[in-house]
Amino acid sequence: MSHCDIAANEADDVRLPGQLTIALAGQPNVGKSTVFNMLTGLNQHVGNWPGKTVEQKTGICRHNGISVNLVDLPGIYSLTANSEEERIARDYLIREQPDAVIALVSAASLERNLYLVAELLSLQLPLVLGLNMSDVAEQHGIRVEPHVLSAALGVKVIPLVASRNQGVKELIAEAVQLARDPSDWYPNRPAIRPEHGPILATMRDLVTDYTPDHYDTDWIALKLLEGDNEITNLMREALPEETWERVHALLLEHEDAYLDIAGGRYEWIGRMVRAAVTQPRVGAISLTGRLDKVATHPLGGLVFLLGIFGLVFWLTYTLATPVIDWLGVNILAPLGEWLASALANAPAWLSGLAVNGLIGGVGTVLSFLPILVIFFAALGILEDVGYLARGAYVMDRFMHLMGLHGRSFLPLFLGFGCNVPAILGSRIIEERRARLLTILLAPLVPCAARLAVITFLAPAFFGEAAVLVMWGLVGLNLLALAVFGVLVNRVVFRGAHTAFIMELPLYHVPNARTIGLYMWNNTKGFIEKAGTLILLASIAVWALSTLPGRGVDESWLAALGRGLAPVGRLMGMGDWRIIVALLTSFVAKENTIATLGILYSNGQGTVDLARQVAVILEPAARLAFLIVQMMFIPCLATVAVIRQETVSWRWTFANILMMLGLSMGVGIAVYQIGRLL
Amino acid sequence: MSGANVVEELPSLSGLPTGGQGFVHTLRGGHGFCSRMANLGFTTGAAVTVVQNIGRGPMLVSVRGTLVALGRAEAAKVVVKTILDKVKG
Repeated sequence: MSHCDIAANEADDVRLPGQLTIALAGQPNVGKSTVFNMLTGLNQHVGNWPGKTVEQKTGICRHNGISVNLVDLPGIYSLTANSEEERIARDYLIREQPDAVIALVSAASLERNLYLVAELLSLQLPLVLGLNMSDVAEQHGIRVEPHVLSAALGVKVIPLVASRNQGVKELIAEAVQLARDPSDWYPNRPAIRPEHGPILATMRDLVTDYTPDHYDTDWIALKLLEGDNEITNLMREALPEETWERVHALLLEHEDAYLDIAGGRYEWIGRMVRAAVTQPRVGAISLTGRLDKVATHPLGGLVFLLGIFGLVFWLTYTLATPVIDWLGVNILAPLGEWLASALANAPAWLSGLAVNGLIGGVGTVLSFLPILVIFFAALGILEDVGYLARGAYVMDRFMHLMGLHGRSFLPLFLGFGCNVPAILGSRIIEERRARLLTILLAPLVPCAARLAVITFLAPAFFGEAAVLVMWGLVGLNLLALAVFGVLVNRVVFRGAHTAFIMELPLYHVPNARTIGLYMWNNTKGFIEKAGTLILLASIAVWALSTLPGRGVDESWLAALGRGLAPVGRLMGMGDWRIIVALLTSFVAKENTIATLGILYSNGQGTVDLARQVAVILEPAARLAFLIVQMMFIPCLATVAVIRQETVSWRWTFANILMMLGLSMGVGIAVYQIGRLL
Repeated sequence: MSGANVVEELPSLSGLPTGGQGFVHTLRGGHGFCSRMANLGFTTGAAVTVVQNIGRGPMLVSVRGTLVALGRAEAAKVVVKTILDKVKG
């Protein structure tokens, strides 16, 4: 096969000499990450595809002394560039030419899964098929004969149950063998419907001299007929104008060809699987069907969903709180003491920096860890079992109003605990735009720390009406979220309708290793990326509140607060100390109380603090202050994860500005109107 | 569904009740949408069964052995030929 010779000669710089590169491809819900995790274990690297927000997983797996570089492609339904994931997978396969491809399919939805395989086969890369989840298929009355399928496709088919680690070794062995010697690999390739043959041939003749490097002429011709945007643009550039016009005319003439091509592929698949698959008897109700009676019920499903999410929420904070306290007492405090004594002879600024700045930052990062570990475990289980898609389905009718996806509900809901897992949790939304919108809206969900601050202040501010005010504040935030959702969707995204098309996978038993690695990778990612940013910013804020060294009252932060007093006056907060308290809430929302404590009682604790603050502010200003506190710029950790997840400083700052503008605007409006009443 | 009224125009998937069955006739809508749906198995002639349709909001459809959740707007773009006799009561 000629393309293999090319691949061997053109060793790209990513590939190490003597190392095989094998790509793992498959549609969503075929157990691809389980197979990847079984093969690579902790020898994996999770990052992003260059310049993209799509997660990239690569890993090393050893087989009989050969080191194999395994690349996990995003889960995709086809190789038509309908989504960023599909584009990434396709570009990778075409440009990097891996030595072999493992295509993973689920026996439970073989026909549809083979659609991607049909597309992969036309890329001419050596391919072995992993037939996963035969256990799940059998529970649903579906039986697949691997030998029959293999004979029909002309491709090695390895049966495996990845969740029980059965057949995974055989799969990689077969892939390695094929990668090393693909010379007698002659698969059965899907052919186009006879009536389209002549058009395809004409197209091929037109483009054959202008096919760009790495691309296959047949494939280009096929993708042009399928109306693939990216390939159409590519060829418009590559072809001379006159040829392009002929191609374009041909495409216009056969505009609907793509439906026939997709239909043709399914017909071909139908012929391939006919002999190999035994379907369940008609009318049999499967386990998934029975569970879905509850899980997707319009009303019952909603109750079920709230129950499950409530449980996740409760578990996360019940289990995490004691661990956070333990970490504080047993790790942070001794560490601080040790640093203080070690630096006893060092200059005061150095020990201050280390003990207060550094330990403060480490403390912030550490305090998030238990929450994130438990949260990711819960999320991993829900996803792996197959439930998350049901939850999204039930919630979709509500979230839709804001241009959001049903899946946005879970991250936003968890935002009530903490915005950090909310933003990290937005990863479960595949659609890029819906995910970005969810990330931008998440800081409007009042987190536990903000709720603690208003719980502390409201009784002293409003007496009997405190509970009412607090509910009102939470309601106002959620209202702002809904309004912003509609606005951002209309204005920034031009109201583009997010098509809701989502597969509901069959339920299956979760795999401990998959969930363990999911927790590990996500938590590690947080420490590496957001952790560094949190640490640096904590030190910077510490410096601002300490320098030039004459106490907080005289610090640069206080100077900043005094400078901002005119703005504060618009909200009835002329006192610079109130403004500084708000500014320090950037480090962590609960800092508002601590700062007020330092500034108003000279460090004598928080006894009676709320009442002291209440005396300074008129009633309208008290309300404005609480509102601003609830809607103020996201805390440092949240900003760090927004940056981590959007991979864009622009969106991160846009979000900060949005929250700043909103909190000031509402704060000023409430104070000015309140004063008149 | 009564089955009594003979419709001149073919119905769309969103018009089928829970348990309704049919075959995909065509897809309406933009190229990107049709391509996504076709890749998922909604091609001409594919058998579809409505698993849940409560008359508003998204619905559940079974196609080629897979359960797919579709927004109402998306389901409305799938034109189907029905098998009226097989509709469960």
